[in-house]
Amino acid sequence: MSILINKNTKVVTQGITGKTGQFHTQTSRAYANGKNCYVAGVNPKKAGESFEGIPIFKDVSEAKKQTGVNVSVIYVPPPFAAAAIWEAVEADLDLAICITEGIPVRDMVHLRERMKKEQRRTLVLGPNCPGVITPDEIKIGIMPGHIHLKGRVGVVSRSGTLTYEAVGQLTELGIGQSTAVGIGGDPVNGLKHIDILKMFNDDPDTDAVIMIGEIGGSDEETAAQWVKANMKKPVVGFIAGVTAPPGKRMGHAGAIISGGKGTAQEKLAVMESCGIRVTKNPAEMGALLKSALK
Amino acid sequence: MKIHEYQGKELFRKFGLVTPRGFACFSVDEAVEAAKKLGGSVWVVKAQIHAGGRGKGGGVKVAKSLSEVKQHAEKILGMQLVTHQTGPGGQKVRRLLVEEGADIKKELYIGMVVDRVTQRACLMASSEGGMDIEEVAAKTPEKIHKVFIDPTIGLTDADAEDVSSKIGIPGSALKESKALLKAFYRCFDETDASLAEINPLILTGQDQVIALDAKLNVDDNALFRHPEIVAMRDLDEEDPLEIEASKYDLSYISLDGNIGCMVNGAGLAMATMDTIKLFGGEPANFLDVGGGATAEKVTAAFKIMLSNPKVKCILVNIFGGIMKCDTIAAGVVTAARETKLSVPLVVRMKGTNEDLGKKILADSGLPIISAGNMGEAGQKAVAAVKAAAQGAKS
Repeated sequence: MSILINKNTKVVTQGITGKTGQFHTQTSRAYANGKNCYVAGVNPKKAGESFEGIPIFKDVSEAKKQTGVNVSVIYVPPPFAAAAIWEAVEADLDLAICITEGIPVRDMVHLRERMKKEQRRTLVLGPNCPGVITPDEIKIGIMPGHIHLKGRVGVVSRSGTLTYEAVGQLTELGIGQSTAVGIGGDPVNGLKHIDILKMFNDDPDTDAVIMIGEIGGSDEETAAQWVKANMKKPVVGFIAGVTAPPGKRMGHAGAIISGGKGTAQEKLAVMESCGIRVTKNPAEMGALLKSALK
Repeated sequence: MKIHEYQGKELFRKFGLVTPRGFACFSVDEAVEAAKKLGGSVWVVKAQIHAGGRGKGGGVKVAKSLSEVKQHAEKILGMQLVTHQTGPGGQKVRRLLVEEGADIKKELYIGMVVDRVTQRACLMASSEGGMDIEEVAAKTPEKIHKVFIDPTIGLTDADAEDVSSKIGIPGSALKESKALLKAFYRCFDETDASLAEINPLILTGQDQVIALDAKLNVDDNALFRHPEIVAMRDLDEEDPLEIEASKYDLSYISLDGNIGCMVNGAGLAMATMDTIKLFGGEPANFLDVGGGATAEKVTAAFKIMLSNPKVKCILVNIFGGIMKCDTIAAGVVTAARETKLSVPLVVRMKGTNEDLGKKILADSGLPIISAGNMGEAGQKAVAAVKAAAQGAKS
């Protein structure tokens, strides 16, 4: 098993007619069972056409009706991306994964409120995230597939390349991954560390988890408190941004220390007090996880 | 994006908030003219820089005659204003705001940010205005009142009234205060603000409620739909290297250390800085080259890093996913040659086409220090800086 996605997932690409959407649909389809997973694309103006054999529909609902897709991946440009997520939510998919970087925070605030009000069940991953991969089964997103190895360690992170770094270290040590999830670097997003940890905790094929956070907000602290009370499996962690000065936004819209809150030191201290082993050396994330497996 | 106080007040007024009358001035003559136009007998001359804490630093002065307006304007314009937010070097004052004086009975505070937990805008209000609000929050958190606003409804009358009474607005000013708070939220929402603050919000002797200050930061991601706010950008207030970097779509932030770093991805870039620090060094910058780096972008990144005279070593850390290591390696070699690189260069490369990339670096004949992982890269960069310092001494 795995979390969120597996080889039976059926995916629709929103933004399949754009350069980014096409490139990543191609590479994702070439990975593991991708050929059978990527079954639809969406563009209202190009319904009836196709991209390399993948049929294009006018909207997500139509794609679902015709092909049975249950997950969407979104590469739509920022001004239209929140509306694209809503389209997937309205079509009642299981999961909408938004890769798009640079969505206005206000668009996400209004979207999340509407989802709450209407009690929508669709899970949202991202925005501004690398996506999710279950090695040897399916890859949905922009991560390099070849660095992954099938196995029993869960990975969850706010940052893309830092996720690859952790995965690369694990693979080099011969430790495979059950699922690797990038939740994204924006302040208002869908699934958070705590949600992914709960899923890993319930997944019989995950034995341990690497949790990678960064400065800003308090999601890591909230997740750590939950781990202390509920998690049955070892969790190790790293927080990026010990050297980041307050008030400066470090690339990610969410990575900013404001009002003295959300520092890496604070997060690391809470995680340690909750029984999560942490390292200050990002080159040792894999080794730390290995030592926790015994 | 940050804007000046006078620009924030312009936006506030569009949404119906009451502010003192005033004019932005770029010279002493303009300041005196502005005071004449405003009339009255008391004026305030305020330095316009993006940092807070201007009053304490001597950037805000009350004038009781036109000659005092002139004196203050002469003193403040062109000064290096040092506040707790500017750093020790301070920020040069190039603009003033000259306003009519206000009859302050009581100083209050209101602010707004997007709360990550509730995923709603949060109104924060306090009776303790005019002070450092972070200190109020730390010492007397019960004096800060919060309302999480439902974006489908906006700030309700009931909530606006409740908060107003809690911060000590008298019944006679309740109607005005409610209108101001509701307008404050509409302004925050409709301008895509990431932070809005009025400190102080004042109650006058005539029980008027007025925004005496204005701080408004706008979400960079939303600027595409606010050309009128983009036009307010003041490049003098920004780091020239950060402006240069933004032209190449590089995310760059100057720091105080001497090891320049170029990394792909914000999280990995922060982690690389942390690694340098862990081994006893200090990063000179944060630099994320993003996902689609070309040779041109890498060269621009090198030039930007090297234009900082403090840089004694460069560390490149790339995890090639979509970005291929050979592309980056070719870019690094070109950049090193073009900039006639004279400081040590440490490169760590991993991922797609790693071997090809390493071969390009090795074949270049450049004295590149290669590292197997990011820990080693940090150690080698710190060692290279130390060796260079010792070489300079002997």
